[in-house]
Amino acid sequence: MHTKIVQFILILILSPFLFGVINRTKAFFAGRKGSPLLQLYYDIFKLLRKGAVYSKTTTWIFVAGPIVSLSAVVIASALIPFTGYPSLISFDGDIVLFIYLLGLARFFTVMAALDTGSSFEGMGASREVQFAAFAEPSLFLSLAALARLTGSISLSGIFSSAVINSWAAFGPGIYLVFGAIFIVFLSENSRIPVDDPNTHLELTMIHEVMVLDHGGVDFAYILYGAAVKFWLLGTLLVSMFLGACSRGWGIDVAIFIFGMIFLAVIVGIVESVLARLRLLKVPHFLIIALALSVVALILTMR
Amino acid sequence: MEMPIDFVIVTVLLMNLMMLSSSRIRTCIQIAAVQGILVGFMPVIIDIHSILPGIIIISFFSIILKGMIFPGLLFRALREANIRKEVEPLGGYPLSLLMGVLMFALSFWLTSRLEYAQPLISYLAAPVSFATFFTGALIIVSRMKAITQVIGYLVLENGIFLFGAVFLGAQSFLVELAILLDIFVAVFVMGIAIFHISREFDHIDTHKLSELKDLITKK
Repeated sequence: MHTKIVQFILILILSPFLFGVINRTKAFFAGRKGSPLLQLYYDIFKLLRKGAVYSKTTTWIFVAGPIVSLSAVVIASALIPFTGYPSLISFDGDIVLFIYLLGLARFFTVMAALDTGSSFEGMGASREVQFAAFAEPSLFLSLAALARLTGSISLSGIFSSAVINSWAAFGPGIYLVFGAIFIVFLSENSRIPVDDPNTHLELTMIHEVMVLDHGGVDFAYILYGAAVKFWLLGTLLVSMFLGACSRGWGIDVAIFIFGMIFLAVIVGIVESVLARLRLLKVPHFLIIALALSVVALILTMR
Repeated sequence: MEMPIDFVIVTVLLMNLMMLSSSRIRTCIQIAAVQGILVGFMPVIIDIHSILPGIIIISFFSIILKGMIFPGLLFRALREANIRKEVEPLGGYPLSLLMGVLMFALSFWLTSRLEYAQPLISYLAAPVSFATFFTGALIIVSRMKAITQVIGYLVLENGIFLFGAVFLGAQSFLVELAILLDIFVAVFVMGIAIFHISREFDHIDTHKLSELKDLITKK
């Protein structure tokens, strides 16, 4: 029980660190020095000390948006296993709860964006929902394929080491699932090639534009929520390769954290070498994820 | 389940999907060529313990033909007709990609109803080879340029070859040789035909060929 609580707290503490790693990787590729690794922590603490300003046209939905999103993501992080060790809360079918908690977070971000009445935020909200309509089914189908493969329908069960054990029998399918979840991971965390987290050009941005009107504490919640979400979806990817291998809890956890940092480096490399797609091409990119996950699911049906 | 065979078969399937979603004809030809080479290796991979000289010969010829000669002919036709991009297919690329996945599901269901005379080498081989026929057929039906339709024939042949290699063993190779020869002639003739069509009409869009009559009457 103690280790479960420690894992939960580790997720909450470590997740902003990964963004620092991504920024450092991108800076390395661009030949810059880059911001400090702990920059996101500084930003969050700076914002937490500030007050929030609310427009007169907004209602309680605007205030509730960041709070609900952050709490949904934090609850979801209690469901996600840590390097194959069971999560704080786990029960059969928690996959569905996990995906819908992320869906709830998105829904409230979108509602808060629409609540401001700004046309730019409306555009961002529309794009977010459009892309989510492709990303969510492929995440569902990928997890369904893994569930079918491992015979377990809870996240802790799937990633306990069952995926590792089925590599030998089902390698190609797991690669397909990995590809699908990686595309969803990039899209959901608004990374290049779907969205560029650095641009502040309203015409092309997706996630950033929805949170333009949030400030102070609310914006800190949003930044922190995005960081935790990055960790959650990243866990799905890393756990396919790293499981509990009975080297002792401490070593497994250390290996897993290095795995997550490695994933952040990969994301940094992807962002450095790829340009973002044209907005019209993004659904096509996400449909590739959908196709991969459907194929993987079919491969498990024999 | 044998791992290398499954990896090759799943790669063949992914290449079908790549071809369905790619807009560049050059990429399509390259993918079809690599698919042909992969499929050409199948008979050797399957019977790795007891390779007959006949199998090596057929494998060798099909790899040379599908991996080098056909792409060469098609690239020449591409150069002479001076085209780069395929026009948007019927229904668009995302839809044709989803159709590809749907056809894979359909072929999975179809092949699960077949009864096999001998134990299967890989449970994926039959569905993927059916899906490859269907992909070839879909490319022939939905694409506008004559040259992409030729690529569709090549994909169809890859499917037949995969099916034959996995299920029929050595007996299939007579049939296979005949089909290969047919496809060779077809690609050859189509290469010449495409050249002539593009010289006469400045394009090779097949849906515009029905306007042939009007052109003559205008003259």
